[in-house]
Amino acid sequence: MSDSFTAKIWVLGDDIDTDIILPTEYLAMKTVQDMKPYAFSPLRPELAEKIKPGDMIVAGKNFGCGSSREQAPEVVKALGVSCVVAKSYARIFFRNAINNGLLLIENQDLYDEVKEGDVATVTPGKSIEVNGKTYEIASLPDNLMDILNAGGLVQAMRKKNGLD
Amino acid sequence: MGMTMAEKIIAAAAGVESTRAGDIETVTLDRLMSNDGTTHLTIDMYNNLKNPHIEDVSKLVWIIDHNIPADSPKTAASHKKMRNFAKEHGIKFYEGEGVCHQIMMENHVRPGELIFGADSHTCAYGALGAFGTGVGCTDYLYAMVTGTSWLLVPETIRFNLKGKLREGVYARDLILTIIGRISANGANYKAMEFVGEGMAGLSMADRISICNLCVEAGAKTALMEVDDVAMAYLKEHGREPKHIFKSDEDAVFSQVYDIDLSEINPIVAKPHFVDNIVDASECQDVKIDEAFLGSCNNGRIEDLRVGASVIKGKHVADGVRFLVVPASRAVYNQALKEGILDTFMEAGAMVMNPNCSVCWGACQGVIGEGETLISTGTRNFKGRAGHKDSFVYLASAATVTASAITGKITTADKVI
Amino acid sequence: MGQTLIEKIISKNVGHPVKAGDIVTVNVDYCMIDDIMVPFAVQKFEEMGFDKVWDPDKVVLIYDHFLPATQVDDSRHFRVGDEFARKYDIKNVHRTDGICHQLMTEAGYVKPGHIAFGTDSHTVTYGCVGAFSTGIGYTEMAGILGTGQLWVKVPETIKIEIDGTLPGNVTSKDIILKIIGDLTASGATYQSIEFTGSTVEAMSVASRMTMSNMAVEAGAKCGLFVPDDKTCDYCKIDYSDEVKELVPDNDASYSRIIRLRAEDMVPVMACPSLVDNIHPVSELAGIKVDQVFLGSCTNGRLEDLRTAATILKGKKVAPFVKLIVTPASRKIYREALADGTLEILSDAGAIITTPGCGLCCGRGGGILSDDEVVVATNNRNFLGRMGTSKVQIYLASPATAAATAVAGVITEA
Repeated sequence: MSDSFTAKIWVLGDDIDTDIILPTEYLAMKTVQDMKPYAFSPLRPELAEKIKPGDMIVAGKNFGCGSSREQAPEVVKALGVSCVVAKSYARIFFRNAINNGLLLIENQDLYDEVKEGDVATVTPGKSIEVNGKTYEIASLPDNLMDILNAGGLVQAMRKKNGLD
Repeated sequence: MGMTMAEKIIAAAAGVESTRAGDIETVTLDRLMSNDGTTHLTIDMYNNLKNPHIEDVSKLVWIIDHNIPADSPKTAASHKKMRNFAKEHGIKFYEGEGVCHQIMMENHVRPGELIFGADSHTCAYGALGAFGTGVGCTDYLYAMVTGTSWLLVPETIRFNLKGKLREGVYARDLILTIIGRISANGANYKAMEFVGEGMAGLSMADRISICNLCVEAGAKTALMEVDDVAMAYLKEHGREPKHIFKSDEDAVFSQVYDIDLSEINPIVAKPHFVDNIVDASECQDVKIDEAFLGSCNNGRIEDLRVGASVIKGKHVADGVRFLVVPASRAVYNQALKEGILDTFMEAGAMVMNPNCSVCWGACQGVIGEGETLISTGTRNFKGRAGHKDSFVYLASAATVTASAITGKITTADKVI
Repeated sequence: MGQTLIEKIISKNVGHPVKAGDIVTVNVDYCMIDDIMVPFAVQKFEEMGFDKVWDPDKVVLIYDHFLPATQVDDSRHFRVGDEFARKYDIKNVHRTDGICHQLMTEAGYVKPGHIAFGTDSHTVTYGCVGAFSTGIGYTEMAGILGTGQLWVKVPETIKIEIDGTLPGNVTSKDIILKIIGDLTASGATYQSIEFTGSTVEAMSVASRMTMSNMAVEAGAKCGLFVPDDKTCDYCKIDYSDEVKELVPDNDASYSRIIRLRAEDMVPVMACPSLVDNIHPVSELAGIKVDQVFLGSCTNGRLEDLRTAATILKGKKVAPFVKLIVTPASRKIYREALADGTLEILSDAGAIITTPGCGLCCGRGGGILSDDEVVVATNNRNFLGRMGTSKVQIYLASPATAAATAVAGVITEA
C-alpha cells in the first residue's frame, strides 16, 4: 500500500445508503465522470462540488448499504476521495470498493471524535492521526490485498488473461 | 345566404342570428378542458392575476394524462399543483383515467357545444358535432376567468365521403391520405367538415380518429353531422345533445373535396412530418425498434380489437418493444373483459395503464438515438418520441401491430 | 460439528466441507445482469480481455428497471445487452417479461441448492427456494462471465425461528419488517439468515420470497429457507433425496438464534427514511397519504394482488389518492387477468402499469413531489428513492397498502 497521506475530512452519518451516494436517476449516464456532480445529492447536494481530490470521508455505521450499484464506489473514487473511514460497511459496497481500488478503513471511534474540516494523516494498514490522537487501523485480508495490489479486479483478470 | 356548421355553432355561442367566415365573435364557452401538459403554467398565471376568479367552475375539466404515473420530481410537482388547485376550487378532475380527449368524448362532449381545450387535438370533439379547438394557456386562462373568448369564424373545407373503406384499410389511412393531399398547413385557420353517404360506414372510433388528426393539416376544428351512430354513442354514455347543427345547403365552403373511400390504401406517414405520406407497401423494409398502439387517435376498443385480431397466436419480434395503451379506463376494462389484454400480453406486448405514453414522447417508451418507432400516435415530428436523432412512422393499428410481429414495417395482410 | 444450510450449499458446490469464515471459490450456477448494469458489466468484461463467456446458458439478461423507458438513453442499455447476447450466444434474454428477481425462479433458472449472483442487491430473493444467491457489482459480474467463478467468505448464520399462526392481517412482509427493525439495517451484515419454524413452513413460496428479498435490508448476504415440497412444486422439480439433503444439521453452529411467536405479530411499517425504522401500523393510523404503490420484487406477486383485491372489491380508492399497481411479471399479470384480480383493482380505480420495477427503483412509475406521502410494498424507503428527498416513504404489506388506499390515510387492514 501507499505511504502516509494527509486528507481533509468530510463527515457523513450512519446508514449512508447507495441511493444517497448516487440516486438511480443518474445510474444510466454513460461515464462515471458524468455522474460525479450528483454524488450524495439527496443528502447534501453541494458536497460533490466541495470535495477536492485527496479529501476523505468519515461516516458512522453501515456505510454503502442498499443496492449493488458499483457506480456508488466508482463515483466516490472519481471525486478523488482518498479513503472512507466508517464504523462498518455494507458488504456489497465493500467488495465493489475493493474491486475498484477505493480504500475503505473500519474504525469505531474516529466518527465520534472528529468534525468536518479536520485534517488527518492516514497510514494505510497502520493508523490515522488527527487532532493529536492516533487511531489504530487494521489491514485487509490477503485475498483482498491481492486484488488491491493488482490495481483492482479488472487488472487482476487482465493479468490472468495474459494481457498485462 | 346559409351558414356552415362551424358558423352556426359560433353564432349560437355568440348569441347572434348569423355570422360568417372572417367575422370575429365573442363567444361563451360550454366547456374548458386542460391537461397536465400545461395546466401548471395556467395556474401560475392565475395566481398572478389581480382578481383571480373562475366564471363557472362547472365548465372546467382537468385531466392528468400526459405523464401518468409521473416519471420525475418535476412532473410530480406540476401534478401536485394541478391536483391541489382542482381540489381547492372543486374542478372536475381525472388522474390516470385515460387520455383527455377520450375522457371528454366518453363523459362530457355534447353536440352543438363550443369547447376550448389546452391541447391541439381538441378538434376530436367534432366527431360528436361539437366545435372543439386547441388553445394555449393564456387563452385558456382568459376563458376560465371570464367564461368567454373571441374567435375568428373559420372558413370550412368540406369533404364529401362516398363508398366504403376496403377491408384492411382504416380511418387512420383515410385521414393521413387527406392530410397528405392538402398538406400540413392546408387547413390553417379553417374547419374541416366531413359529410356524405360514406359517413354511415364509419364507427364513432373512426370518426374520432379522423377529427382528431385534422389539426395536423392545421385545422382550427373538425366537424361531422350528428347521425344515428353519434346519437347511439351519446345514448350509450347517458347524454343528450345541446343542439344539433348542420350546414345549410347554400352555405359557402372555401373548398370541397370528393373522396371515394374505396380508393384509400394503407398509408404510412414517414419522418418527420404528418403529411409525408406514402403507401405502406413502400416502407416494407424499414426495421423498427418499438411499436405503439394507443393514443387519443387510435387507443379505442375498436383499435385494440383490430390489433388483437392481427397478433392473436403470434408473437412480438425479438428485440421489439410493443406498447399497447388503452385510451381510457373504460377501454382498458372492456379490453380486459373481451380477453384482448391477455391476447396482447400472451404475444409479448407491454400493456400499459391508460395515458398518452410515447405519443407525447415522455414518461413511457421513450426511444433512443437512431431508433425507429411505428406508432398510431398523432405526430411524427423530429424528436417527438425521444432522442432528437430518432424516427417515427405513423400508421394504422393494423399496420403497427403487423410491424411489431415482423420487426419491420409491414401491412397486416402480410402476417394474417 | 454440524453444518448450517449455507455451509451445506457451499460445501456441495465446492466438493468439500466448509465452515463459516472459510474463503472459497464457488462455481456459479446462474448469473443475472439487469438492464441498468449491462453496459457497465460488458465494458468491464471487455477490459478484462475475455474472448468468450464461460457458459452462455448460465447467463440471464433481464431488462426491467428501465421499462417502460423514461429517458432517451435508457434504450441504449437494451441495445448493448442485445448485442452482447448475440455476440456471445446468450439465449436467456428477457426484454419485457418482468422483474429480474421474479423471473429467475419463476422462469425456471434457479433451483434449490444453486449458487447464483446478480448485479442487483435483491438477488438474495432466490433464498426462498433454498439457493445461495447474492448481489454483486458489475466488475465481479464481468469476472464471473469470463470464469464462471467467484470467491466468497462462508458466512456465519443467524437462525430465525418463527412458530405459530399469524393473525389474519399480518403477512410475511410484516414479519420481515419486524425482523429488520429488531436486527437493524446492519444487524446481519456478512451473515446468512435461516428462516425456520412452523409459521414459515406454512407459508407459500411467494410469501417466503418477500422475506428472502428483504434479508439484504438487514445487511445479510442471503436469507434462506429449507426447500420443501412446496418449493419443488414451484420449481417444477421432484422432492428428491438431493433436495432433502438441503437442511441444516441439528448441531449446526449459529452466531445468533432468534425465536418469534407468530401470534405476537402485528401489522407494521418502515417509516421514513430508514428500513429499520419500524412502527406498528396502529400507531401511524390516520396519516394522510397521496399515493399507494403495490408492486416490486418484494410484493408484486399474485397473492399480493389478490390480498389487495379482497380488500378493494366493491370499493374505490380515496379521492385524490392514486393506487399504482405494478405486477412483478408478465406471468403474474396474465394470471391476475384470468382470475379477475386486475378487473377488481381496475374497477376500484387502480392505475395498473406494465410489469417491471416501476416506482421501486425511482425511474418512473409514480414519482412523487415534496412533502407527499406514499405507502409502498417494496423494499426500500431511502431518502429520495421515489422523488425528492422530501417525499415520505412508508413500507408496508399489500394488505396495509390496500386498506390505506381505500381510506386515504394509513389504516390497518
